[in-house]
Amino acid sequence: MKIFIFNYNFKNAIYVLLLCFINNIVVGQTDSLKITRTKQDTTQLSLNMDAVYNRPFLKYGKIPIAIGGYAEANTEYKVTDGITDGFAFQMRRMTLFLSSSVHRKIKFLSEIEFEGGTKEINIEFAALDIQLHHLVNLRGGIIMNPIGSFNQNHDGPKWEFIDRPISATQLLPATFSNVGFGLFGKTYKPNFVWSYEIYLTNGFNDQIIGNTENKTFLPATKLDPNRFEESFNGEPLTTAKTSIRVKRIGELGVSYMGGVYNKFEVDGIKLDKKRRADVFAIDFNTELPKIHTTINSEFVWTLVDVPETYTQQFGKKQHGGFIDVVQPVFKKPFWGFEHTSLNLAIRAEYVDWNVGVFNETGKNIADDVFAIVPGVSLRLSTQTVVRFNYRYEWRHDLLGNPSIRTAALQFGISSYF
Amino acid sequence: MPQKPKEDEVLDGPVEGLTQAEKLQFIKGDVAFNDEIFTPQNGLGPLFVANSCGSCHAGDGKGHPFTILTRFGQIDSTGNHYLSLGAPQLQNRAIPGYLPETLPANVPFTKILAPANTGLGFLDAVSDADILNLSDPLDIDGDGISGVPNWIALPSYSQIRAQAITQGGKYIGRFGKKGATYDLLQQTANAYNQDMGINSSFEPIDTYSKQEVDPEVSNSTVHDVVFYLKTLKAPIPRNQNDEDVKAGKQLFFSIGCEKCHQSELKTATSSITALSNKVFHPYTDLLLHDMGSGLDDAYTEGSAKTSEWRTPALWGLGLSKNSQGGSYFLLHDGRATSIESAILWHGGEGENSKLMYQNLSTNEKNQLIKFLESL
Repeated sequence: MKIFIFNYNFKNAIYVLLLCFINNIVVGQTDSLKITRTKQDTTQLSLNMDAVYNRPFLKYGKIPIAIGGYAEANTEYKVTDGITDGFAFQMRRMTLFLSSSVHRKIKFLSEIEFEGGTKEINIEFAALDIQLHHLVNLRGGIIMNPIGSFNQNHDGPKWEFIDRPISATQLLPATFSNVGFGLFGKTYKPNFVWSYEIYLTNGFNDQIIGNTENKTFLPATKLDPNRFEESFNGEPLTTAKTSIRVKRIGELGVSYMGGVYNKFEVDGIKLDKKRRADVFAIDFNTELPKIHTTINSEFVWTLVDVPETYTQQFGKKQHGGFIDVVQPVFKKPFWGFEHTSLNLAIRAEYVDWNVGVFNETGKNIADDVFAIVPGVSLRLSTQTVVRFNYRYEWRHDLLGNPSIRTAALQFGISSYF
Repeated sequence: MPQKPKEDEVLDGPVEGLTQAEKLQFIKGDVAFNDEIFTPQNGLGPLFVANSCGSCHAGDGKGHPFTILTRFGQIDSTGNHYLSLGAPQLQNRAIPGYLPETLPANVPFTKILAPANTGLGFLDAVSDADILNLSDPLDIDGDGISGVPNWIALPSYSQIRAQAITQGGKYIGRFGKKGATYDLLQQTANAYNQDMGINSSFEPIDTYSKQEVDPEVSNSTVHDVVFYLKTLKAPIPRNQNDEDVKAGKQLFFSIGCEKCHQSELKTATSSITALSNKVFHPYTDLLLHDMGSGLDDAYTEGSAKTSEWRTPALWGLGLSKNSQGGSYFLLHDGRATSIESAILWHGGEGENSKLMYQNLSTNEKNQLIKFLESL
């Protein structure tokens, strides 16, 4: 019942809907056949932007509501420069989806995430989509800003790695969503599909350069509890993305997110100039023919207008990214599971939170991390994955002193339900 | 899995022999010192130099030019005449919306790099009498080395040491590049206030408004940090059986370096048992020495002359690069980017030793530097 601590009325509404749905299922257990899986997008050329709907939803009878979700848990043994806190068992997150067809051209979808038990409860997505034309769809509500690919397509069961990419969580804000409106559309051709998205939402705040991470840190924006109710500075954040997937080549996405992050005016009194934070991202994914190796990558650049009189601790430029390579080893029935596959995977990732040189010495500012993560995943079904990862990372402080080395053994499960 | 660095490869970690309660306080101080980041939301500034203790003392080692301090306004023992203009320390950074201080025109100033923190508790526990015993203000032994304490006025909150020695109501300062700080409480409260713009009940005057404001750090946190600084271990020498290191140590003594960089001191009785009555090897005498015109920045603190600097401890010297981004930044302002360069900047009371160093063979110079790097 902790969910009732939400401040937002529509959260309560969603919860009531959820209870009604569960109640219907419980009462109607006499005929479980009434519970069906919704059809997923069967288009061959799907995009990262489709991920929000391309999930396994359960539907009950003719009620125009579908429900779903995923959960992921793991254990971890981590050592940093020879020091360990021992084993930790983590319930990373449980996410509930709720979608509704208000009309054949009007859909509502929400995604509520519980992270670290109930430490963080977030509405990640709660938006109404109105289709006016396949190229013109209006979306409004809490929107997941489509910067890069991970933010759009982040469900745990889809990934072979227990940790989310560093660039997607500590350079970009992971699952970054804001209230706003925008348009999106897609066009299908025989050999490719092209899409666009453009949104105006509430945006960043000055915690980007005033946070306890001690670095320019876009994810600190999420710490503002009022960001779903009001804009920090009255300036909208613009997010735009265009993607193209070409048959037998892959999907390429180019995205941008930017806006003013500081409070430049209060009660009509000008305090500062408008200072911007701008983010550019490129993502690419493909599957190699015949050997079915999948490659998924994303690279991000950020530019932040940090006041000259502040401290170089907070970088004006950042960049980073990741590349995941996953190689299926076998696919065959196994232990009674019809569609089992065993995969080898490896991730390489890098983030530099402060690109530049010290004013005082002209030498490189470090504040970076590089990690490599080999892993094995066993997909017992298309919706359930058992993962084993080994992670090794090298992290440098601002000055570039000898790296802090961390290694971790991780074992976990992630599944839609 | 990454292995723990050897004890002699890192500067952080507690002194041996702490009680369980002392270890817990050490950990609290460690967190406050190394992990607590100040932001505009929790009190940073508005004027500041750095936003955390760890920013200036990475890994508890020496500082980097990125966080160098500028002190200005005092040229003799009559005090600082630029207090109304923000002296003694320039806050060269400001949170958004504020302008940092700028150096007044034609004012005497110096730049100061943060020192390493390690072993400070041992230095703190040396008795005043032992420090005075090393002093030779009139150079009675005729070796060209005098050595005087910096006699300073104490802030109201200082707890005077047992058996403290006074002179004209002033006490012996032993911390800071000029030896103008009495103890680690004064050092810590000043650093919160002057370096980070964090006011405490000890130093409640805001550097921006010049007004007394509410504390932004609790007394208990300040005491935890002081305890942490007191109980950081002393650096552990390395390669002591290396023949070159042994030879370098002999040269260090024979050319007179040890006259100021005293190899051995002992602590008096301390409330922290682990620090009580210990012999240790800091390579400092905690006294001021005239270092000549090359190191005279025309600025001073306390009763020190502008050319006088407190002998810096040499322990941990070889690990300095690990906290300075892979390069040496030595002497008070980091002007020396190698140990040899630091030696060659010596003048005044250090002139003779410098000349003797210059007369060593290349091999002997390398041995001496190898010894210094082993500390």
